[in-house]
Order: sequence, then C-alpha cells, then structure tokens
Amino acid sequence: MSRKVSREQYEKTISYRLKSWLEGSRDLYVGNLEMRPQSPRQEDEDTRRQHREDQKKVRARVYDTEHNREVLLFKKVYRIFSLLFCVLLVSMLLIGVADLPPFGEADKPVNNEVSQRYIEKGLQETGAVNIVTGMILDYRAFDTLGESHVLFIATCTVLILLRTDGKEGESGREESNDRAYEPKNDVILQTAARLLVPFIIIFGIYVILCGHLGPGGGFSGGAVIGAGLILYVSAFGFEKAERFFTGATYKWMSFGALACYCLSKTYSFYTGANHIESVIPLGTPGAILSSGLILLLNICVGVVVAGTMYTFYVMFRKGGY
Amino acid sequence: MDFIRNLPFFSIVLSLFSGPLSSILGGKWAKRVNSVVIGLCGAMSVAVLWYVCRTGEAFVYTMGHFPAPWGNEIRAGILEALMAVIFCAIMLLCMLGGAREREVEIEASRQNLYYIMVDLLLCSLLALIYTNDLFTAYVFVEINTISACGLIMIRRNGRTIEAAARYMIMSLLGSGLLLLGLCFLYDLTGHLLMSHIRESVHALVAGGMYQRPLLVAICLMCVGLAIKSALFPFHNWLPDAYGYSTVSSAAILSSLVSKGYIFLLVKIFCRVIGFDVFRGSKVIHVLFVFGIAGMIMGSVDAIREKDIRRMIAYSSVAQIGYIYMGFGLGTMEGVIASIYHVICHAATKSLLFVAASGITDASGGSRYFKDLNGAGRRNTLAGIAFTVGSLSMVGVPMFAGFISKLFFSQAAVGHEIKMLPTLIALAISTVLNAVYFMKTVIRIYSPVKITDLEEKHTERGEPEKGMGKVIRPPEGYKEITIWQQPAKAASMILFILLNILLGLNSEPLIGLIERGLRMFS
Repeated sequence: MSRKVSREQYEKTISYRLKSWLEGSRDLYVGNLEMRPQSPRQEDEDTRRQHREDQKKVRARVYDTEHNREVLLFKKVYRIFSLLFCVLLVSMLLIGVADLPPFGEADKPVNNEVSQRYIEKGLQETGAVNIVTGMILDYRAFDTLGESHVLFIATCTVLILLRTDGKEGESGREESNDRAYEPKNDVILQTAARLLVPFIIIFGIYVILCGHLGPGGGFSGGAVIGAGLILYVSAFGFEKAERFFTGATYKWMSFGALACYCLSKTYSFYTGANHIESVIPLGTPGAILSSGLILLLNICVGVVVAGTMYTFYVMFRKGGY
Repeated sequence: MDFIRNLPFFSIVLSLFSGPLSSILGGKWAKRVNSVVIGLCGAMSVAVLWYVCRTGEAFVYTMGHFPAPWGNEIRAGILEALMAVIFCAIMLLCMLGGAREREVEIEASRQNLYYIMVDLLLCSLLALIYTNDLFTAYVFVEINTISACGLIMIRRNGRTIEAAARYMIMSLLGSGLLLLGLCFLYDLTGHLLMSHIRESVHALVAGGMYQRPLLVAICLMCVGLAIKSALFPFHNWLPDAYGYSTVSSAAILSSLVSKGYIFLLVKIFCRVIGFDVFRGSKVIHVLFVFGIAGMIMGSVDAIREKDIRRMIAYSSVAQIGYIYMGFGLGTMEGVIASIYHVICHAATKSLLFVAASGITDASGGSRYFKDLNGAGRRNTLAGIAFTVGSLSMVGVPMFAGFISKLFFSQAAVGHEIKMLPTLIALAISTVLNAVYFMKTVIRIYSPVKITDLEEKHTERGEPEKGMGKVIRPPEGYKEITIWQQPAKAASMILFILLNILLGLNSEPLIGLIERGLRMFS
C-alpha cells in the first residue's frame, strides 16, 4: 500500500478524525470533555449506613417546609405579589369598565341596526315568537352548531379520563364502587323520585318543544331532563336505569342528534349561501309546528344536553354504564 | 356563484360531522375516516387556494339565509386558504408519523375517541382560519382547547393527566381573557363581524372616543391568546404537555394548536382592530419584549433539559418568542416574517417530534440523552431527519429556518429603535439553538458507550491483551430499518422534503403571504 504520509501523520489530520467519527470508532466526548475516568467507588457497610442517615437528615431538613426560611419567605412574597397582581388587574378592568358607554343609554353603539333587525323582523324572518331562540338557532345557527359540539367533545374527554371499560374484575369493581356504601332502596328517596321524575321529564320535554314559543329551548330543557334522569338513577340504581339508558344508547342518541343538526343546517346554509329557495316552511308563528328548523334543532340540542349531563354523572360516579 | 366557493364551508362541516360519526365506529374505521377527512379537507383547501389566486380577491360566504351582520359568515382569501392547506398537510403527516405509537400507547377501546378529538380539532382549526366573526372564533377556540386536552391525556399515565390539568387551567384562563376582551369590544362597537368592528374602531380612534376601554380590550385579547399559544412567561404548561403525550399529539399540539391561536391573533390585528391602531397602541412593545425574552429563556431551558422530547418542547417556547417578536416589530415585514415562521416552525417541529420518537425507539424507549448514543446510526432515517430538523431550527442555509431568520433580520433592519435588540437577540438565540440541537446531533452519532466488558481469558488465566473485549450494547438497542416502520419513514421523508422545499424555494410562499395580507385589509 502506498501512502504519501505515514500512518501517524495521517491520524493527526482532520479528515481522519472526521472519518473515524463518521464510522463511529471515535467519541467526540471522550478525551475532550471528561478529563479523568472515575475510580470505582469503594464503601463498606458503615460508611454506607452513615451515608443513608445523612441523607435522611438532609431530606428532613430540606423538606421541612414549616421551618424552612426560604420557603416561608417565598410564600410570603408570593402572597404579597399575587395580592398586588390581583389589585392591579382589578383596577385595570375597573378603569376600563368605567369608561365604557353607560348602561341603558339610547345611543350606545350596541343599539345599532343589528339588534334592531333582530327585534323588529325576528318574528317574520325566523317564525319564532321567542326572539332569543330565533337568534341562536336561525340567525346565528353556526355558533350554536359549534356549541353543541363543545358539549359532545367535553363528554368524549370525560370518557377518555374516567371510563373504566370493566377491565378490573367484577367483584373488585363492586368494592371500589361507592354504590356499596350508599343506602340501598331508600324509601323516602324512591317515593319522592316516583312522584317527581315523570313530572320533571315531562316538564323538560315541554321546555324543549316550546322553546320557540316562550322562554326555554334545547339547552335548558335538556338540562331539566338530565336532572330527572340523575334523580332516577340515584333512587333506583344503575340496574334499573340501564334497562333503558346504556353507553350504546348515549352513543347513538348523540350521533343521531348531532348528525340531524349538522345535516339539516348544512342544507339550510347551502341554500342560503347559494340563494336557492329553501323548502322548509316557516308555518304560523305561535303554533307548535312552526318556525322552520328551529323546533327540530331544539330537540337535537335537548337530546345532546340531556345525554351529556347524565353521562357526566354516571362517569364521575361509576366510570361506565 | 361558483361552486368552488362552497368548499371552505364543506371542509368545516365535513370535519365537524366526522367527529360524531367516529363515536359510533370502531377504532380502525375511525382511523380511516380520519385520514380520508384530513385528505379531503386538504384537497378542498388546495382548490380554494387555486381559486382565490386566480380571481385575485377574497370572497365571503353567508352561513344561512341572512347576510353578514345578522347571520354568520366565513371568508376565504389567499392567506386563509394557504394556512388551511398547510395545516391539513402537516396534520396528515403527523398522524402518519405517530400511527404505530398510537396503536401501542392508546387502549383499544379508546382509539376511536382519539380520532374524534383529531377530527374536531381539525374542524376548529379550519373554522378559526376561515371565520369572519369573532364570536364564532371564540366557540371554536373552546372546541380547540377541549380537544387538545383530550389529545394530551389519552395516553393515560400520571404525567399526562397532570399536564392536561395544567394545560386546561392555563388555557381556560386564556379563553376567559379573550372572551372578556370580546365583550369589551362588542360593547364599544356593537358588532361581532370582523370588518364592521374595524370600521367602528377606526371611527372611535378618529373621534378620540373610548380610548381606555379599547386599549384594555386589545390587551385582554393579546394576553389571552399569548397564554394559549405559550408565549414566554406563560409557558410552564408546555413541556409536560408536549413531552409526555403520544407522538402525533405532541406534533399536532406544537405545530398546529398553538399556531391556530397565533393565526387568530393575526386576524385580530389586521382585520378586527386594524394594523395602524394596533401599531399605535403600546401593546406591541410588550409583545416585542416578551417575545425576545422567550427567544432566550426558552433556549436556556432547553439547554438544561436531559430529556430529548422535553428539550424539543422547550425549543417551541423560543420559536413562539420569534413569532411574537415579529409582531412586536409593528411593520408589515415583521408580520410576514412571523407568518412564514409559523409555517416553517410547524413543518420543522413536527419533523423533530417524529424523528425523536424514531430515535428513542432505537434506544430501548429511553428518552434521556445518556442513552441515545449512536441512535442515529441504528435508525438511519430518523437520524437524518433529526439532523435536518435541527439544522433548520438553528438556521442553516438551505433549510426553512434560515429563511425565516433572514426575513426577521430584514424586517428588523427597517426599524429605528428595535433593530439592535432584535439582531442581538437573533444572534444569541441562534447560538443557543445551535448549542442544544448540535449537542443532540453529535450525541446521536457518537459511538455507543461500552457498558459491559467481558474479558476473554487466555488459557493461562490472564486477560488477553488488545482484542477479545466484547461490546455489549445496553438493553433495548436495536437497528431499525425503513421497512420496519414504513408509515413513520414516509412521514419523515415527506417532512424532510417539505423543509428543504421551504428553505430552497421560499419566494412563491412569501408572495402568497404578502398578497394574502394585502387582502386582509
């Protein structure tokens, strides 16, 4: 083999060092960073014990938060600073609020053509006697579509966090379950529930169905129905509730409601944006079957809200249907 | 009306609908639906981008039968369509890159829930991009926040649940401040539609009315969105959230979720408040100072880190600092540079997360630097990908990061007072970036430490000299070829190509951003 430089000289060149680094036979850290290899540690039992005791003492000193000066000082300073910060923030907001247009004044910027049209033409344009329902489910239905999906995704997040999937054995689950410590078959509760639950649920249905005619709507009615279901399950237990409401029920219910909302509103958005005449009639204002899609959307929202409330309760209490 | 104008709305509704649809499907089908939906949304956004480039003007789309100030409205211009295309592409690549980890780290019964989160996250991002109404933006910010929490904690261990709780608290604080700001602004202007608010704000500023509440509103919105996108003093939720969640979550969170909020902030600056009013307020100086502080402190924290994923997460803090620094310059060039950096950081950071997962795979799952020796050799592609990502982050020519740094310094040169601090901070930050990224690159190409020496003995019982030492690599070290992880390899190759493309051919993109910003006003 013919070389122009000798092996020793070649090994000193940068190209050789780069090559050896690329090939993996040379560690840039070795010989550059750590100057001396550590000698192996030699300890006998005594020093080890001593070491452990020292550590224990140090730990006790360090974690003794009640007498640690720095921690106490930090707590004090922290408290003072957070107080100062809150005072600053509150005063800033108060100054901001003080300069806002006064409440109830006629020429406030808020009293403009937007609210004027909602109030004056809301009834004839949406067919809903309740202007608020007309606003949230017809004028600004896209926001409400997003809002009902907020509820849906909140339920999914709670499912991720709390659903147990029945992995632990059935008996173990019963013990960790707080149902075991609750009074079972409480007569007072059951009697009250038997009287109240039908009325609560019927009232909830009424609030949903008449959301376009008077105060109420899907969100409030759904919450009422959810409360009724929760009362039922606390009185009669999960076995009876699971005869009509299981995880699968919730799944199909929420899917049905959201899909219904999504598809019907897609139709209405599409026709609206493309200036196509919508086939949905507005009906006579004041009748139950009126105001176009609003009744349907109220029902969808109500179903989603009721399912969400009940699922939250079940998840926090039991971790599964 | 051209049919193509329906596409932004279709992409939002499609991704929205796929969420509930996935809830009744099993994990496998939910995954397929998810990939198809992301692909379709990307394709529709490409069509919209082509359309608005051809017509040269933005269009609005009425959601329903009522025109804008009464009903909802979405708007698509060049910048919106461009962001939608990039977000869809990067989300698809992130999902591809983390597919194998998701199978392992997420329980089978929760797989479909993960895809619900991703579908709705995509929907909220698209809606944030396209919306022309501030309250709609707030509603989708909520969806974005909750789905991001779900993405963090679906890999169920103590760390992620703590991280999700922290993220939830900080993020809700940000949402609350944003909502407060919106309330102030609504009370002052009486509108929620972006273009109408801007007219009213200009009238207020011209008339000198309600200056203080207007300033408070701007502050509240800026601080709210800064908390949500982890600007420097509000960043302590970030390392845990990005560091311990599953790979595709970390990549999506760092490259898309925080960028969605930043894009909303750009919209608020340019379309709601008006760029001149925003420049006139003192808020930009605050953003500038905290941006610079973030550039330096984020890098310092990253240098201290011993865990590769958390190091990459801290590096995000520094990069978010760059973006806010660009806004803080208060010039159009600064905003263009920031938007370019949003895109470049999204492409690079997700590449780094995917590559880091490849590197840790080859090192027995350990994420600590001391175990990573030689990982770039065991998993060649991941090593190359990590090197490319690091070079891009440091700002070496030919890669995306260089271009954004170039634009930042060009934007700074045009400014009288802020030129010097910006250039100094850029220099320091580049050096710090190089310290921690190059340290890692050298580490993954260094030879494996000899941990277990077995000396062969000669017949006489003496240790044999020179040869005979057997190097035993630590547990779990293994070679990973491209064919063992085809999905991840494909995702890394595409990310590398995207980075090099952004670095070598940035002119068309910058042109699009400029035209898009001009369309904003």
